[in-house]
Amino acid sequence: MAERDQPPLHEIRPTRQLESVPDRFIPQPIVEPGHTFATITDHISSIVLRKKTPLGWYLGFAVSLVGMFVLNLTIGKILFVGVGLWGINHPVGWGFDIINFVWWIGIGHAGTLISAILLLLHQEWRTSINRFAEAMTLFAVASAGLYPALHTGRPWFDYWLFPYPNTMAIWPQFRSPLMWDVFAVSTYATVSLLFWYVGMVPDLATLRDRTKNKFGRFIYGMGALGWRGSAKHWHRYEHAYLLLAGLSTPLVLSVHTIVSFDFAVAQVPGWHATFFPPYFVAGAVVAGFAMVLTLAIPLRKAFKLEGFITTKHLENMGKIMLATGLMVFYSYAVEMFMAYYSGDPFERYTFYTRVTGPYRHYWYMLILCNCLAPNLMWVKRFRTSPMWLFITAQFVNVGMWLERFVIIPESLTRDFLPSSWGTYHGTRWDWGMYLGSIGLFLFLLFLFIRFLPMISIFEMRTMLPEAQAHGEEHS
Amino acid sequence: MAQIFHRSANTISRVTIFGAVFIVGLVFYLISGIIRSPFFTNQGVEREQPVPFSHQHHVSGLGIDCRYCHTAVETSNFAGIPPTQTCMNCHAQIWTNAAMLEPVRLSYATGRPLVWSRVHRLPDFVHFNHSIHVAKGIGCVSCHGRIDKMPLTYQEAPLTMQWCLACHRHPEQFVRPRNQVFNMAYVAKDQDKIGPQLVRLYQIKKRTSCSTCHY
Repeated sequence: MAERDQPPLHEIRPTRQLESVPDRFIPQPIVEPGHTFATITDHISSIVLRKKTPLGWYLGFAVSLVGMFVLNLTIGKILFVGVGLWGINHPVGWGFDIINFVWWIGIGHAGTLISAILLLLHQEWRTSINRFAEAMTLFAVASAGLYPALHTGRPWFDYWLFPYPNTMAIWPQFRSPLMWDVFAVSTYATVSLLFWYVGMVPDLATLRDRTKNKFGRFIYGMGALGWRGSAKHWHRYEHAYLLLAGLSTPLVLSVHTIVSFDFAVAQVPGWHATFFPPYFVAGAVVAGFAMVLTLAIPLRKAFKLEGFITTKHLENMGKIMLATGLMVFYSYAVEMFMAYYSGDPFERYTFYTRVTGPYRHYWYMLILCNCLAPNLMWVKRFRTSPMWLFITAQFVNVGMWLERFVIIPESLTRDFLPSSWGTYHGTRWDWGMYLGSIGLFLFLLFLFIRFLPMISIFEMRTMLPEAQAHGEEHS
Repeated sequence: MAQIFHRSANTISRVTIFGAVFIVGLVFYLISGIIRSPFFTNQGVEREQPVPFSHQHHVSGLGIDCRYCHTAVETSNFAGIPPTQTCMNCHAQIWTNAAMLEPVRLSYATGRPLVWSRVHRLPDFVHFNHSIHVAKGIGCVSCHGRIDKMPLTYQEAPLTMQWCLACHRHPEQFVRPRNQVFNMAYVAKDQDKIGPQLVRLYQIKKRTSCSTCHY
């Protein structure tokens, strides 16, 4: 073949021949040039296998332990006293517990989108971030799951949520979206866990083979399920992984759709809208990418992963955040318009109160955080600067929380009957629960980055130009 | 490098993975069995009482009507536990020196009631009304069993919600003529025919709303 005489493609890129082509048309490498198969494996596995744990990890872990302490204290108190500790009462029965549930579930969506949809769309840059994005999904679902479990008021009866042959001769109400939620979220948790674990099996085998520690060899060996890297293993692995990706794909849309039904099926003004599913899914994706950025930017700095999570990755995530952020902006506009266009006085009043009522500051903050701040991402300088990306992501994190506050408790404060209007504020137990669930999230995350490879080692190796050129020659 | 795992690990892992399905299934089966068993429902368990009162002796032996002691059964939620005075109506004259009845006489003399231990205990979140069931033609036997054959009283029915609902969903299978409510030995010859007739006659509704029984 004539191509043999030419240097490999990746060596052509920086030469003068292409100087006339504008920068933006030159494909950026997924892995920083200079990495080889060996350096990738060394770098990522050494983060886990090194003997000395960095001081920063201990500091972060200590912070997360404080959060865990707050969480345990709060849950303990709630189990003894009851959910009356929270600010919920008549007329607002869904407060911080549901806000935080939706917030966390939404955050989880980026992990599934990155791991499943971007995989099926052959977006290879996802490889650098999919492992910890999936971990983030799992931990976010764990934090989210706490809320409805306690919200029931008697968590020891939570198994009643599942249809099982009981001595009461009744089934759960299958016509209720709350019931669908049980299935949506538990399916989501199961599939995400399987996807994450199956994708990690070859890497667990790498760790098993490289660790000097006898106990570590045993534990990683158990996780690796006897992986030897034979062609048969790879064949089965690829099949399983693709199948799981196929299973996860609808979940990106279905889970938050069903979460939105919790509201849309009810008749409360401000909840009862048919376009809630796409609105919530877009919100979930923007929230998720904001959280991935929130985690990725400090992590790549702390563990010197700039070679793997390059500016290209950050920029792509910034673009997705911009696109979905604008969809959310559009949703707010449609929501307002539909309230006006419906001609329904209750619906109109609810939205009028959002802008002028006692919680108007939340709404102004929401518009600033979710509608204005993501527009920074139009500018390449902001989109490629880790600091600006991080700042924008924080705006979105806060904004998405505010969005759920504005939708959930605020709509309940202005019901159909003026005599049943009221106000809502979280108590310190609400805040304790919220900070505590962040603590749980961080706790799991710190354990994850210490004991498991946070970037997929074997998939990163396939991203090297050598691996791809090799593959093309044979095909 | 030596092997980390022995050859047997292959077998063990396969057995545990496939076995887990059966173990989980077995655990569910055991739990669902236990919650239906007398261990959990107290079905058929004779309670210890201050006096070993025999319904068999008083009902089938002597032919005393239920309402002689359980006076409130037709008018109130609670059928009523008789006061010691009711016992003494007879026992002032017969078995006056029986050692077994010493607690009854003591109670009568001191005015301190006998402390019977409850046999049919419903949860606090359920309310049950005897009078409506009696008025609509549900016999004592339907819930309490052949109490006229119990030397010591025990709970015949499981008192689970599915047991309540079995009748609330299909009252026509259990309803009897009002004049047979207190008849322990009544057996319907053609329940299929008279059941629906009685349901119409007594205007029995299938009450399965939550608030029928729960506050």
